[in-house]
Amino acid sequence: MREPAPHNHPHGNALTLPQAKRYKPLSDTRTESGTMDRNQALALYRQMLLIRRFEERCAQLYVEGKIGGFLHLYIGQEAVGVGAISQTRADDYLIAYYRDHGYALARGADPRLLLAELCGKFTGISRGKGGSMHFYDIPAGNFGGDGIVGGHLPLAAGIGYGIRMRGTDQVCLCFFGDGAVNEGAFHETLNVSALWDLPVVYIIENNRYGMGTSIDRASSVKDLYQRASAYGVPRREVNGMDIVAVRSALGEAIDRARKEKRPTLIEAETYRYRGHSMSDPGKYRTKEEVESMMKSDPILLFGRRLMEQERFTQADLDAIDKDVLAQMEDAVTFTEQSPDPPVESLYEDVYVRSPYIHMKAAEKDPAWRAAIREDRVPASLPPWKPAAPPPAAPAAQPAEATASAGKAK
Amino acid sequence: MAQLTMREALNQALKEEMTRDPNVFILGEEVGAYQGAYKITQGLLAQFGEWRVRDTPIAEEAMMMTFNFSLLALDMIVNHAAKYRYMSGGQIRCPMVMRGPSGAATQVAAQHSQGFESWYAHIPGLVVVMPSTPKDAKGLLKSAIRDDNPVIFMENEILYNLKGEVPEEEFHIPLGLGDIKRAGKDVTLVAWSRSVITSLAAAKTLADEGVEAEVVDPRTLRPLDEDIIFESVRKTGRCVVVEEGWRYAGFGSEIADRVQRECFDSLDAPVLRVTAADVPMPYAKTLEKAYLPQPERIVEAAHQVLYRS
Amino acid sequence: MTVSKVVLAKLSPTMEEGTIVKWTKKEGDAVKQGDVLAEIETDKANMEMEALGSGVLRKILVPAGGKAPIGALIGVIAESNEDIEPLIAKEGAKAGSAPKPAAAAPAAGASSPAPEPAKAAAEATAKAAPADQPASVASAAQTPPVPAAPRSVATPPAAPASASAGTGGDGGRVKASPLARSMAAHQNIDLSSVAGSGPGGRIIKRDIESWAGPRPGADAPARSAGAPASRPSAAPASRPAPPAPSITPGQELPLSNMRKTIAKRLSESMFTSPHYYVTVEIDMDAAVDLRDQIQRLEEGKVSFNDLVVKACARALTRFPLVNASWGGDKIVTHAEVNVGIAVAIPDGLITPVVRNADRKSILDIAHEVRDLATRARDKKLKPEEFTGSTFTISNLGMFDVEEFTAIINPPDSAILAVGAVRKVPVVDGETIRPGHRMKVTMSSDHRVIDGALSAQFLAEVRRLLEAPVGLLLG
Repeated sequence: MREPAPHNHPHGNALTLPQAKRYKPLSDTRTESGTMDRNQALALYRQMLLIRRFEERCAQLYVEGKIGGFLHLYIGQEAVGVGAISQTRADDYLIAYYRDHGYALARGADPRLLLAELCGKFTGISRGKGGSMHFYDIPAGNFGGDGIVGGHLPLAAGIGYGIRMRGTDQVCLCFFGDGAVNEGAFHETLNVSALWDLPVVYIIENNRYGMGTSIDRASSVKDLYQRASAYGVPRREVNGMDIVAVRSALGEAIDRARKEKRPTLIEAETYRYRGHSMSDPGKYRTKEEVESMMKSDPILLFGRRLMEQERFTQADLDAIDKDVLAQMEDAVTFTEQSPDPPVESLYEDVYVRSPYIHMKAAEKDPAWRAAIREDRVPASLPPWKPAAPPPAAPAAQPAEATASAGKAK
Repeated sequence: MAQLTMREALNQALKEEMTRDPNVFILGEEVGAYQGAYKITQGLLAQFGEWRVRDTPIAEEAMMMTFNFSLLALDMIVNHAAKYRYMSGGQIRCPMVMRGPSGAATQVAAQHSQGFESWYAHIPGLVVVMPSTPKDAKGLLKSAIRDDNPVIFMENEILYNLKGEVPEEEFHIPLGLGDIKRAGKDVTLVAWSRSVITSLAAAKTLADEGVEAEVVDPRTLRPLDEDIIFESVRKTGRCVVVEEGWRYAGFGSEIADRVQRECFDSLDAPVLRVTAADVPMPYAKTLEKAYLPQPERIVEAAHQVLYRS
Repeated sequence: MTVSKVVLAKLSPTMEEGTIVKWTKKEGDAVKQGDVLAEIETDKANMEMEALGSGVLRKILVPAGGKAPIGALIGVIAESNEDIEPLIAKEGAKAGSAPKPAAAAPAAGASSPAPEPAKAAAEATAKAAPADQPASVASAAQTPPVPAAPRSVATPPAAPASASAGTGGDGGRVKASPLARSMAAHQNIDLSSVAGSGPGGRIIKRDIESWAGPRPGADAPARSAGAPASRPSAAPASRPAPPAPSITPGQELPLSNMRKTIAKRLSESMFTSPHYYVTVEIDMDAAVDLRDQIQRLEEGKVSFNDLVVKACARALTRFPLVNASWGGDKIVTHAEVNVGIAVAIPDGLITPVVRNADRKSILDIAHEVRDLATRARDKKLKPEEFTGSTFTISNLGMFDVEEFTAIINPPDSAILAVGAVRKVPVVDGETIRPGHRMKVTMSSDHRVIDGALSAQFLAEVRRLLEAPVGLLLG
């Protein structure tokens, strides 16, 4: 056991005590992609809350032994994923690291499929083969969570390269943690992204700790976004606890990518309340630090703002919470009723069946025998129907808003 | 049939496949303006433009020049290309070919002379191809490009100037189909890539002694055409595996394993392996020669399995 | 100091049990490791058994005259204050029998901890063969008898089963390449009868292909083909010492597979077919003349043995019952006359066959026998060339053996043992003159051939050889 690292990060205080210049009222939130209206705001609130409740339920199921392996919870960081993804178009792409539950949910994945994946069920979004770190949802343009720190950054550049080759105006979001910026792949990727003008927005979710090592002990430059200056990549920092600020920063970056085909590096300052994973006791930081960060909780702040500026009541928010919890219980039921993967599926999905393979020889290998020509798509389930529409949001159903913000096929 | 070098054959394959399918593009070090470090991509930039023939920086976590440098990209190959389909439950395919020279060149010492086929063949999700002739190189590369699996296509620098017959008409060779490079009845030599050439030389010496060696070239290590090997071994009762890789946990042991399992009752002698010496590649010519499998060592091994001394 | 068991050591390769001839130490004697404890009679000889531990010989469990299986506890060495009762209680029950009570040896399987591994069965037969097999006449002639290992090292008692000293570490397992194995299975060849030429004696493809057959029926591995009948006269004054294989006395020789087969088949023959022997002496003067004349011809290289082959073949056509086999519930007479000829090869003997010898000329036979013998020694015979004999000839004439008896080569019913053509004083009327004589002894299977028939057959053979010109006709 050792003392927590001293807080000498220049923006540490800003996060602990949000400052006015970073704290913009909702009414000021204008981006080129349009004004966020009242119902959309409520939908974002619901998304963040869904992620929060999802993660809490995961923690519970993990302790119960229903979820195995690594489990990295997104609690505390919801504003980054939800805010960023809310600015994307249905045909845009996203690729992320292993703390990936939030992105999939924000991109519209069904929590039932995700929870089933976590519990290793055949109905899981990756057929029980990926688990917590690998929520792929290709129809939604979600290239999933990657288990290798920084390992997906070159892939993001590859996605950007593909967009350029095809000549479309899509963009790709790439999320990673503060630990990844010290990987070689980060630098190779930023370099070629700038060199070839790739439409990728790179988002550092700086939660201050690469597992147990604070950035002060890991990075020579404390302003991580400044690393982009070495490659001439446009860059900025943003308060990741503030969904409005995140939306604003992303709106600008995505616009640049779409129109100018240029990458951006965004550093979102955020915090995870839980350990790096479920097995992390978090001894490297003080209880006080965690508690002080929780005061600027993104959901708390945004909810307060909804009440102060958009005339929602606590009861409205409570109703959303109730609905989200009900949706989670439904997901748990779905998961419990789902079958385990049949052993025959062990060999499936290793190879693509191909006319260019001498199958007579290849099929001696069970992985080739089990290969199919097509790609699989995750199961599609009837959408969640809230028990009662949220009273204060007459214009749009939150569930529909969620869908419109994310998945579209 | 045209007489082409392997270099020309590979270039043709790239050109034809890029013409055939506009989604095919090349990323690599010196593939464009330089016309290829080994001239395999000559003329392609002019024909297809920079988005399809892209010179990359030496950013080798993601791309590389030869397989000696592929270790930097192992994470991309092993953790990503080979696994994304599986981890995503079949949602993703990775139609990619990693091609480049592999194995020992001439006096470039330890870091530039290594055969990593065993490493890649070890990984489920990858296809591993190692051609030994210009015709095979062209036919297999075309299949590799069209196939939707990640393919490790390992060429051999020494063979780039090797000439051979290449059909002029359109053709491709399925991945995973082996080939008999020389028929014989007395002993089976299994070899791939440059080892085929070495084995053919050994077979010639053996023929002078009245021993007819059969040289079997699986051409693709994963998937492996084991039947062509088994058939030969069942005929000859003797098997020598020749490889440029290291002996320890090398790919030859995979073949030896399968042969002993499937051809047990046909074997008149244990399966022997002729491999590189179990050391890093030295620089000096004499040591380099001692390091690599030479025809004499193959002949010696053949004698051993034939119980001739 | 711990208790050390005295167990009956395996003192010969084929030994399964032993008799304690005498204890050289008595209970209470101090014993050092290596001291001779007892004298044991094995199936081969009396051997000394040494102590494997030091202490006091506290207990003798099997007294002199008693028998015990290998590995059985026959005594205990321990310090004088050591409690040995538990050991005796535990192991003593398994000990051998005392001499008097019927002396029935305990069944090996039941009492010995682990009788012998796989080879037990194979060797059981071999063991049954008498120690000085007549089968090894050739070796008897060539080598001094192998003395019984004078003082064999006692087998470690802990592992009596694996201590098959005579057969090496493999415990008699036949080593063969998988291909050789499956070829042998295909051709119905008993692998234990094949000598391996691969590393460590591994039987490989070429051994099967050139397998010279296990039909070592004829006990005498005579080099019949090249048999130098050039020693027809009396023994020279100074006889060169016969060549002897380099075997160090005291060595235990592992059994070659060929040796095992010889042991097995000849034991079977000897103990299942009732042998009897009829000897005749043949006047060879005319044959010697004939041979000398042929010798002067262009391609004329004919041995006495070739004449004997031809004579037997001719006689066999007249006596089909000699050219026959015992078939259990019937006697099978053979349509062809195929004469086997025992040929000595370095590690044993084989019996190539001259097919239809009755229809071949002397010169053909001579040529064929020479070819077969050469290839037999090179192990180049094909299976069909050493199988299918109906009668066998064994010739030790070149060793100047006057006469001997042979063991029938199954499934034949008779074998002819041919001695040397010797120059002997012959009583001719009232004078004595030098003459050539040869003794032949036929071993017959009484189940098939009765004595009178043997005598008639031999009379015919004699008639043919004494007027050999007839052999040249047809």
